[in-house]
Amino acid sequence: MATYSTNEFRPGLKVLLEGDPCSILASEFVKPGKGQAFTRVKFRNLKTGRVWERTYRSGESLEAADVLETQMEFLYSDGDFWHFMNTDGSFEQKAASLTVVSEAKSWLLGQEVCNVTLWNDEPISVVAPNFVELAVKETDPGIRGDTAQGGTKPATLATGATIKVPLFVEIGDVLRIDTRTGEYVNRVKA
Amino acid sequence: MSSTDIRSDPADWRPAATIEALRTRARMLRATREFFADRGVMEVQTPVLGAATVTDPAIDSMQTDIPGARRPYLQTSPEYHMKRLLAAGAPSIYQIGPVFRAGEQGRWHNPEFTMLEWYRLGFDAASLMDEVADLVDALLGPAAYERQTYAGLIDDRFGVEANGADDAACLEAARELGLGCDAGVEAALDLLLADAIASAGVRRLFVTDFPRRLAALARIGTTGNAARFELVLDGVEVANGYHELCDADELEDRMAADILRRRAAGGREVETDRRLLAAQRHGLPECAGVAVGFDRLVALRLGVTDVSAAMAFDWKKA
Repeated sequence: MATYSTNEFRPGLKVLLEGDPCSILASEFVKPGKGQAFTRVKFRNLKTGRVWERTYRSGESLEAADVLETQMEFLYSDGDFWHFMNTDGSFEQKAASLTVVSEAKSWLLGQEVCNVTLWNDEPISVVAPNFVELAVKETDPGIRGDTAQGGTKPATLATGATIKVPLFVEIGDVLRIDTRTGEYVNRVKA
Repeated sequence: MSSTDIRSDPADWRPAATIEALRTRARMLRATREFFADRGVMEVQTPVLGAATVTDPAIDSMQTDIPGARRPYLQTSPEYHMKRLLAAGAPSIYQIGPVFRAGEQGRWHNPEFTMLEWYRLGFDAASLMDEVADLVDALLGPAAYERQTYAGLIDDRFGVEANGADDAACLEAARELGLGCDAGVEAALDLLLADAIASAGVRRLFVTDFPRRLAALARIGTTGNAARFELVLDGVEVANGYHELCDADELEDRMAADILRRRAAGGREVETDRRLLAAQRHGLPECAGVAVGFDRLVALRLGVTDVSAAMAFDWKKA
C-alpha cells in the first residue's frame, strides 16, 4: 500500500488514520529554530464527518486510503440496503448500508444523483443532491388562500421524512426541499 | 504524485513575489546595510560551501558535489565561518546571505533562505536584544517589546512547568495538541514551544532564558539557563541570539553530545567542525551574536502570511 510522508501532506489527500479513511483539510509545517519539526494536520473522518487534529514529527508517514468520490444514481431500497448505480454508463451497482445513508435516505425516492464516497470500492458516505422535489403524503388540511408568512405545520413526504411546511400546503403537492437544511423552499406543483 | 516535484509545471515561470514586494525588500536590504554602517559593523561574506556542518540535532544540512573533492555541505548558517573571523581578530561583523536547511518547507519555511547574522564584540544577550529591537524598529516601524522567559511562555499557555519538574504534564499537554504517545518529553516541549510562539498574538516578544538542553552555542548564564533569546513578531519566530559560548572544551562536549543525540534519533552522521574548535581554542572574543530570518521580516513588513511572497522565487518556482 502506498504511504505519504509528512512533506507530501496537502489538503485533499486521502489517508488512513486509526483504521478510518480521512481527508486532509489542512496541513502546517511548524518548527522552532532549534527544535524538532512537526506537521500539524486537520483531518475529516470520511465515515463520521468528524474533524480530527493530529501532530506528526517529520518523516512520519500515513497509509494512503483508496478513496473515490463519485456520482451515483439512487435506484431502490430493499429495506436493508440502498442500491446505487454508476452514472458513467457502466451500469455498475453498489449497495450502501443503513448507517451510510442514514441522513441521505430522508430525501431519496429513486433516480436522484448523489455524491457517493467509495472506500476500497464500498460506499462509506452518500450525500443527497442539494435540492430534491418530493410529494406530500400526509398533512393537515390546507387553509386555501393562506399564503401569509409565519404559520407552519408538519408534513410527511413520499420518502417518509417529516418537514415543516406553510399552512397552505396540501396532500399531493410537490415541494422543493433544501436537503442541507431539511427546509421547505417552495411549492413546485399543487 | 508528489507535491514536492519542483519541475511539475514548466509554464509556471513567474516570480513568487510581486515586483512591488521586491522593491520593499530592496529598501529593507539597503536600510539594514545603512543601520550597520552607522554603527561601525563591518560587512563580510563567508562561503556557502564548507567542509563541515552543524551538529545541532534539529538542523539537517544538504550536501553537494565538487569533482575530486570531499562532498561539501551547503551552510545552514554562517556562524562557524564568522566565529573563525572573530577569532582571527575581526571587529564586530555582519553578513546577509543564503543558507540552506533540508526538510524545512512550509508557509514560513523555504529550504533556501536569506539570513542576516551579526556579532557584536563586548555585547551580552540583553544589549544585543536592544540592538535587534532597534533594527526591527528601523525596518518595520517602532513598537513596544516584551520579554518573557521560555518557562514563563510555556506556563502561560499550558499551565505546565517546562523545567523538568513535571514532564508528565508536559507530555499530556502535547498529546492534547495531537502528538503521538511514542514521542518523548523533548519532542513534547518543542511542540509546546512552537504552539506557544504561534499563539503569541500581535506583539513583539523576546523569549529568554532557554533551558540548558536548548542552549545550542549560548553560554550558561547566572540563572543556570542558557543566555539565549529569540524574537517573536506576531507569532512568527524571527531571530535567535546568544551570548556566545567561548569555552572550547564545553563547545567540544556539546558537539559530541549533539552527535550522540543525532545518532539516537536516526539522523544523518556528521563530524564536528575541527576548524571551528581550533579557532575557539585560539580564542573567541567575548561577544554576542544573532541570526535573523530576513525573508520573514520582509513578509511581516508586507503583511503576508507566506514567506514565499517575500522571495523572488521560492524553491517550488526556482
